[in-house]
Amino acid sequence: MSMVFDLQWILYTGAIGLIAIGLVGIIWSRHLFRIILSLAIAEAGANLMLVIAGYRLHGHAPIMVAGVWPEQMVDPVPQAMVLTAIVIGVGIQALALSLAIRVKEAYHSLDIDEIRAAMQADIDAQAGVTGDLSQEEPSGREVIGPTVAAEEGRS
Amino acid sequence: MRNLTSPLFAAGLAFFLLVVVAEFEPGAAPMVVGQAILQEAPETTGTANIVTAVVLGYRGIDTLGEIAILFTASLVAGLVLERRGGKRQAQAPAGNVLRISTQLLFPLMLVIGFYIILHGHLTPGGGFQGGVILAAAFFLPLLARPGIQVRHFGLAVTEGLAGSAFIVIGLIALFQGGAFLQPLFGTGSPGQLLSAGSLPILYLVLGLKVGAELAGLLAHLVYEGSET
Repeated sequence: MSMVFDLQWILYTGAIGLIAIGLVGIIWSRHLFRIILSLAIAEAGANLMLVIAGYRLHGHAPIMVAGVWPEQMVDPVPQAMVLTAIVIGVGIQALALSLAIRVKEAYHSLDIDEIRAAMQADIDAQAGVTGDLSQEEPSGREVIGPTVAAEEGRS
Repeated sequence: MRNLTSPLFAAGLAFFLLVVVAEFEPGAAPMVVGQAILQEAPETTGTANIVTAVVLGYRGIDTLGEIAILFTASLVAGLVLERRGGKRQAQAPAGNVLRISTQLLFPLMLVIGFYIILHGHLTPGGGFQGGVILAAAFFLPLLARPGIQVRHFGLAVTEGLAGSAFIVIGLIALFQGGAFLQPLFGTGSPGQLLSAGSLPILYLVLGLKVGAELAGLLAHLVYEGSET
């Protein structure tokens, strides 16, 4: 009994560790491709955890063959779910990679700090904001929101 | 600040998950639903592989939603990566080893892919796994001859027909008085290749759809990657 518990404990700890490593990687990484890879690691941990949830020690695969009874098989429901999750994970990673390719083309960098600075510069240029920002004065030429004249006209 | 909060958050989540896991009764699997499915799946669906029974028989609508997600991902990736006006860089052709082994591998991978799809209700495998192998088989020529033109139209037609066939099979079951995507045509004798009613057909169209989608996705990615 204690050996069963120990093995499951180790497996669960490994799966949770993968999830934690992936999460830290997602938040800590500065490189877009590493963020996508961390997402894949976290996903693998989640899938592993689901499969372990349906595992039993010395269980058989849930396939009808001679000499194996349903009582000896592992739970098929988490396996079917993980099958779903893996396919969806592939789709998500391909989508993320294609977006990263476009970002690389637009900003010639995959470093999120550089991308953020370049995007901020783009947005500022679009809004007509130049240089240092003031907290009090309106930034830019365009007036955002209803003007005073419009307010008076309505009331 | 972010440097400190992220490991704290991850550690907290890991601790929470460990506490939840520690509550599990060791060796309690399979749970109630899984045990019931294990007991009755071979009789009700006729599949020897019970995971297939769950994926297609008990959760067919879920699988339909899943291929819809995959379709959306492939569609959006195609939209994001689509480029008008071909300014494709000419690439050096691949070496002899890659080209000849591609020609050798292509028919073998087709056979293995279709084998895995068609035996999805008997052995480990099925539409998703076999579909990925099919996609890899069609991706190999792109590696060997980088200048080759991908027939996206053919891929889209395959994918659309397969997806429609999946829904039409579900609708036939609906109009025959059952539920949407309920298995049709009886169960047959479990363990035979021609058994489990409509589930192998569903897995076949699923495999074709997944294969066509992934092949199109990979083709988009490889062309974009080779350009810059």
